[in-house]
Amino acid sequence: MSQPVQTFTPEAFHRQAHDALGNPQIRANFRKAMDGLMDKRRQAFEEWDLEALRTLGASVRLRALSRLPDLLEQLEAKCEANGIRVHWAEDSEEACRIVTGICQENGAQSVIKGKSMVSEEMHLNAHLAEAGIDALESDLGEYLVQLNEQTPSHIIMPAIHLNTDEISTIMHEHTGTAPTRDVDVMTAAARAQLRERFMAADVGVSGVNFAVAETGTLCLVENEGNGRMTTTVPPVHIAVTGIEKVVENLSDVPPLYALLTRSATGQHVTTYFNMITSPRKEGERDGPREVHLVLVDNGRSRIYQDDELLDTLRCIRCGACMNHCPVYTRVGGHTYGTTYPGPIGAILMPHLMGLEATKDLPTASSLCGACGEVCPVKIPIPDLLVRLRRESVGEGRGNVPGAGVKRSTKEVAAWKSWQWLATHPTAWRGASIVAGKLRGLAPSHLGPWTECRVAPKPAKASLHTLIKQRTKHKELRQGQQEGES
Amino acid sequence: MTATRHYPSRPEKVYLFGTCLIDMFFPEAGMDAVRLLEKQGIEVLFPEDQTCCGQPAYTSGYHDEARAVARAQLDLFPEPWPIVVPSGSCGGMMRLHYAQLFAGCPEERKAQEVASRVFELTEFLVHVCHIELEDRGAPERIAMHTSCSARREMGLADTGPALLARLGQVELVEQERAAECCGFGGTFAVRHPEVSAAMVEDKGRALEEAGAQHFVTSDCGCLMNIAGHLAHRDSALQGEHIASYLWRRCS
Repeated sequence: MSQPVQTFTPEAFHRQAHDALGNPQIRANFRKAMDGLMDKRRQAFEEWDLEALRTLGASVRLRALSRLPDLLEQLEAKCEANGIRVHWAEDSEEACRIVTGICQENGAQSVIKGKSMVSEEMHLNAHLAEAGIDALESDLGEYLVQLNEQTPSHIIMPAIHLNTDEISTIMHEHTGTAPTRDVDVMTAAARAQLRERFMAADVGVSGVNFAVAETGTLCLVENEGNGRMTTTVPPVHIAVTGIEKVVENLSDVPPLYALLTRSATGQHVTTYFNMITSPRKEGERDGPREVHLVLVDNGRSRIYQDDELLDTLRCIRCGACMNHCPVYTRVGGHTYGTTYPGPIGAILMPHLMGLEATKDLPTASSLCGACGEVCPVKIPIPDLLVRLRRESVGEGRGNVPGAGVKRSTKEVAAWKSWQWLATHPTAWRGASIVAGKLRGLAPSHLGPWTECRVAPKPAKASLHTLIKQRTKHKELRQGQQEGES
Repeated sequence: MTATRHYPSRPEKVYLFGTCLIDMFFPEAGMDAVRLLEKQGIEVLFPEDQTCCGQPAYTSGYHDEARAVARAQLDLFPEPWPIVVPSGSCGGMMRLHYAQLFAGCPEERKAQEVASRVFELTEFLVHVCHIELEDRGAPERIAMHTSCSARREMGLADTGPALLARLGQVELVEQERAAECCGFGGTFAVRHPEVSAAMVEDKGRALEEAGAQHFVTSDCGCLMNIAGHLAHRDSALQGEHIASYLWRRCS
């Protein structure tokens, strides 16, 4: 049986983590997949000066962000000049209305979608369904997830939580494909099913990997050809993207592309790289009649106003941070209950959904730094996690929605007591002497710590005491030696 | 091994910042660090008023409290001697985060100056002392868990193994996914206990399966976590701080 429909929310992170940790199938699927992805990434960068490339990638993104408002205007002007119609959306709701509106204007009944995380962020499919428009995902992973009435568990590999047998069951139950363990057979079946839908679709919706301000070019990175089909077969193409995806020049694309594909899947190059600059021109035999670009803000402008948080917007959505995250690897993507899971989700989603809903995400990290180490554009993810923890427990004056949500009198008092003790050295030393003397009374059960560990016991004598004793001993010996001589 | 920063020549004296975990739970690791340094002919100064680097509050988001505690440490190192810290985690806090914590504060320059003198113990023994170790122990297979702060924050993945390699009778075996976190993460282990438990279970198993007779770490947070877990399930594998191991093998 395929998995039952589940709803995941960031509020239920702990319960979802508990369930995932207790599910050996999920644990095994993620472990195997992430090990493979880490290995592929490492091999893909073997002959590269990775540090130099990451520095270049970071600088390209920083330069673009430093001029973001100008570049967006330039992008709009260039796109319009090329015949691409540009729309601005303040939030998801407005973005959905724009897309639905374009569909309705064109009398569209059916939409085919290339892979787009921004459309997931917008909950576009649900919105289109309400308007009576059928939207079908054409990325193989997204297709499977949609058939199974789930959401993606990874931003690059949406169905990574499923193994071959589970996929076979889903395809059998929902599409009548004969059960098989042969991946090629299943892929061919899905291809045939999707092919018809491409031909029948009235509108194609895609994402954007890089939007080039200089030329008004929309770049789309993909492997399956579904992106090309989505953007060329239906008469109308709508590209949706976050406003941060803009880059200044065409020459900025190669380093970002080189970093993206290697970081994401360990590929030197993807099967398809689409550069869309206009609708079908006169005399051309294919391509859409209309191309629209929807620039979605959805909280990004607010992130942009903060010099530190701004780094969040450098992201090129490669997913390497989640592939390398020891937490994500164990709990999987659905546990986060957000469009973007893993470390990038933990630093991005609080801005999109507010800290009330997402308060457990910034703490769901041991700050091991694996994410920051592999980030192709050097986002200081651990620092940003700490920053959001600070916003959560602060006095709520920050610019992050829901700031101060985790502030509790009890916890503040605990840290204040700790502060007092650690700034009063005599009391500190006294406390460790007392702890040493009473070590026999130290509790053997310390909440969840001792569920799988023994309780640490204070030493009989602290380092302070041992060093003091040793110094005294030495002085005494020296005194004796001097007395003897 | 490439040095990641400019290292001074061997000084006459050093300060030891013992860290609160060592102070309270693993004082022998601190004493063994003192012994190793003294054997190098270096006088070890231990400022009595030291308490904690401030990291627990810093990573929990309580930066005012962290700053107050960190500020109380800044005046403890008045002479220009290096400050040796037997922990990559506390060392990383002082070396890298003090500047962030005191940015725009009157103590900013002092914090930067103190930070510039902070060295993690294994880093100091390798790159400043150029220590030579005379191994007096029996042949042994050992595994090392390098803390994430030492490995990634301070860029010191190699100094611990380099020291172990200088012990003639010791064979260093590598556990699967050696670079992966043990799941401690300070308050992470308390706030997300089940995820942390899953991580330390995997780490414990990897260390056992590596065929080591013993394991060492350079951070007492990881030690408390991993050794505490192994003890909880009565594993024969025991661990200790690398300073204690080195001292025991060479004395």
